[in-house]
Amino acid sequence: MTWILQPWPWWVSGVLIGLTVPLLYILAGKAFGISTSLQQIGAMCAPHSRFAYLSKHDRRGHLWTLVFVVGIVLGAALATHLLSAEPLRLLPESFSSPAGALKLLIGGALIGFGTRYAGGCTSGHSITGIANLNWPSLLATVCFFAGGLAVTWGLGNLIF
Amino acid sequence: MTQEAKPNADKPRMSPFAYLSVLLVGAYLGALFVKSEVASWERVHAMFLLQEAYMYLIIGVAIAVAMASMLLIKRLGVRSVDGKPIKYEPKPYHAGVVVGGMLFGAGWAITGACPGPIYAQIGAGEWMALFTLAGALLGMLAYAALKPRLPH
Repeated sequence: MTWILQPWPWWVSGVLIGLTVPLLYILAGKAFGISTSLQQIGAMCAPHSRFAYLSKHDRRGHLWTLVFVVGIVLGAALATHLLSAEPLRLLPESFSSPAGALKLLIGGALIGFGTRYAGGCTSGHSITGIANLNWPSLLATVCFFAGGLAVTWGLGNLIF
Repeated sequence: MTQEAKPNADKPRMSPFAYLSVLLVGAYLGALFVKSEVASWERVHAMFLLQEAYMYLIIGVAIAVAMASMLLIKRLGVRSVDGKPIKYEPKPYHAGVVVGGMLFGAGWAITGACPGPIYAQIGAGEWMALFTLAGALLGMLAYAALKPRLPH
């Protein structure tokens, strides 16, 4: 049983992550996606915003996205404290500084703007979209990697 | 009398069971993001450096399993537990798929997180990830402000 306390092999994780799609469809009738939760949070904080993107958002219809991410936080906390032999560091120590915080803030802004403009993220486009043979989702995924590779191989030298 | 328009009458509330299911599937996924190390900056960095196949294999297997599941769901006409047919709503193509996609990819490489793993990092006690979440909300707000002027 000690294997469960170690990081799980890629094929176990891959299969179990893929099963999120049918689980969410069958149990709740919802398409797997996470970045809509950002819009939901915005719409709940500013229900009368002058931005139609927030004020016209169906807050009740998307409340589940918020419940879903609360679940992610809880599940990650449980896995860290109960299912891990030693706590796993997910962010390098170098981020624990004002410069690191700024980097995360800028990267986060790119994530928030980019996923909402693209209409989805790795879950909604790359997993659910491609699994449903939706070609714009395949294109989005290629672009995700193009942006990530560009930063890591070129632009990253300016940042790190 | 029955013709009287009721606001939201066509949008039934989600059942408590459905909300509980969503919470549990979220917890399942959050645990997986930690146990698979998909939420680890080092793993994401190694992926973009093309140093290891690990992340590509996980994403590839996840897509394959999801695709097989959707084929089965369509072939067998599986319904959700509340009896509704399961139907994928296609995400349309527009310029944002390319432009937004690349900007998101850049953010993923910098922070080591895509939207799901941001929440997983916070749950795992990586408090600096709160900056990533704050940034993501600011980015979402910028999109909300600019949306009418962006090509779609």
